[in-house]
Amino acid sequence: MCFGSELGEGYVSMATAVEVRDLKAWFGKTEALHGISMAVEANHATAVIGPSGCGKSTFVRCLNRMHETIPEAKAQGEVKIGGMDIYSTPAVDVRRKVGMVFQKPNPFPSMSIYDNVAAGLKLNGTHSRKTLDDVVERSLHQAALWDEVKDVLKKKSGASLSGGQQQRLCIARALAVDPEVMLMDEPASALDPISTAKIEDLIFELKQKLTIVIVTHNMQQASRVAEFTGFFLMGHLVEFDKTEKIFTNPTDKRTEDYITGRFG
Amino acid sequence: MANNGFTQLRRTLTNHLATVVAATLSALVVSALVAIFAFLAIKGATSLNWAFLTQTPKPVGEVGGGMANALIGSVIILLIASILGLPVGIGAGIYLAEYGQNRLGQAIRFTADVLNGVPSIVIGLVAYGLVVYQQGHFSALAGGVALAIMMVPILARTTEEMLRLVPTAVREAAFGLGIPQWRTTISITLATARAGIITGIMLAFARVAGETAPLLFTTLGNQFWSLSPNQPMAALPLQIYVYANSPYEDWHRQAWAGALLLIIMIVGTTSIVRFVFRQRIGGGVR
Repeated sequence: MCFGSELGEGYVSMATAVEVRDLKAWFGKTEALHGISMAVEANHATAVIGPSGCGKSTFVRCLNRMHETIPEAKAQGEVKIGGMDIYSTPAVDVRRKVGMVFQKPNPFPSMSIYDNVAAGLKLNGTHSRKTLDDVVERSLHQAALWDEVKDVLKKKSGASLSGGQQQRLCIARALAVDPEVMLMDEPASALDPISTAKIEDLIFELKQKLTIVIVTHNMQQASRVAEFTGFFLMGHLVEFDKTEKIFTNPTDKRTEDYITGRFG
Repeated sequence: MANNGFTQLRRTLTNHLATVVAATLSALVVSALVAIFAFLAIKGATSLNWAFLTQTPKPVGEVGGGMANALIGSVIILLIASILGLPVGIGAGIYLAEYGQNRLGQAIRFTADVLNGVPSIVIGLVAYGLVVYQQGHFSALAGGVALAIMMVPILARTTEEMLRLVPTAVREAAFGLGIPQWRTTISITLATARAGIITGIMLAFARVAGETAPLLFTTLGNQFWSLSPNQPMAALPLQIYVYANSPYEDWHRQAWAGALLLIIMIVGTTSIVRFVFRQRIGGGVR
């Protein structure tokens, strides 16, 4: 196992939010991740890049135990988030600490904007009206959506918003449960450039409070939003370093080929 | 480009032709329903009066009377069938959609489809054996059991289909918030599929509301008032069956009126339920 090891020692002084050791993942008998090790810095954004099918989505879906919700899928290895070993913690507890935003905006279609944001708390047993009101307002502010929806909170369905607004609603919904880590699986790939810019601005704001791991197909996006970048290829983490290093002076030939557009 | 104009004309004509064919066939479907309604209205409307709705049947030879007892009887029997059938049918549907990707799920699916194809008279016989024979007498309860057995497979399969239409992304969004699976199923998946499931309930209801065969030797029918679920009870389909088979002109008229009333009852219930449960939040969801 030589991949990803060069990170380690250099950054010991910084806080590690997510520590991944020898993570393997399968779909049935197919091994999709071949032992990934990575240390994600707290209060920073870490980008995961690589060609389609390289395992980058599978990787982040292992970090909140979402991978195993797929029939026949399983994962093995060690993932520590804030000292919690996620594979020996109940999945529902892990997912309350590790929020997720998906590629396609997926608000709950049967719920109003307010209920969408409140869902995580309500369905986990918080019923205090005051608490819910406060959390909904705070989360929508954090997701930069409050001003656009504050007058129709309970009147409009989450699904009636535009695509970009829906995605920010999904971010607000994830923020409402107060996670430590936010996983974003190509959060802007279904959005127009203006909505994308809004999401990217949001990532800068969110880094103050939590740690972000973002999967992206868009290398410019990775260089804009992330301090660290990991390059995945065929289920291996080929290179993991500061974003600047990856994009200007990569160590591995395959990284260089990818970022210069020779394949992928 | 000489043949461009021709190609365009051909496309336009083909398009028009397809539209006409589709419209004609749809009209055929609608006209069947309209014909039934019109026929029932013509034959039954004159006898469908206040007395028909409020009085019990008169003895043979006396003109007049009505089907009030059969109307209420049908309502009671359908209520019993719904109370027994809805939880089982919808519960089975939830299991099949959310947990049923295994042998047991396949077995249940197969059983439900076979049960759906079992003739209603056979189901009546089963209810006779299960309830009437055990109790020693006919009862509305026995009829309710028979109709419930008929509702279950329809409910299970439509509920399953409707839940499967809910995108995986919606379930994943809920899992991603740390919401447990049972909570997700109840508060998110079921809520999202609500409109479809209610349509399924209405289909099952309409399907059994007019059933006569399973009631023949379970509920039996009754010429008098009876509100006890433990006693033989009148029901619209039974009353229609008896009256239509009778030699009396007046009873024939009443049978037509009863048939009209039955259809109105089914259409009315379906419309009311749809109205009450229609999406409360505006926009978006279609």
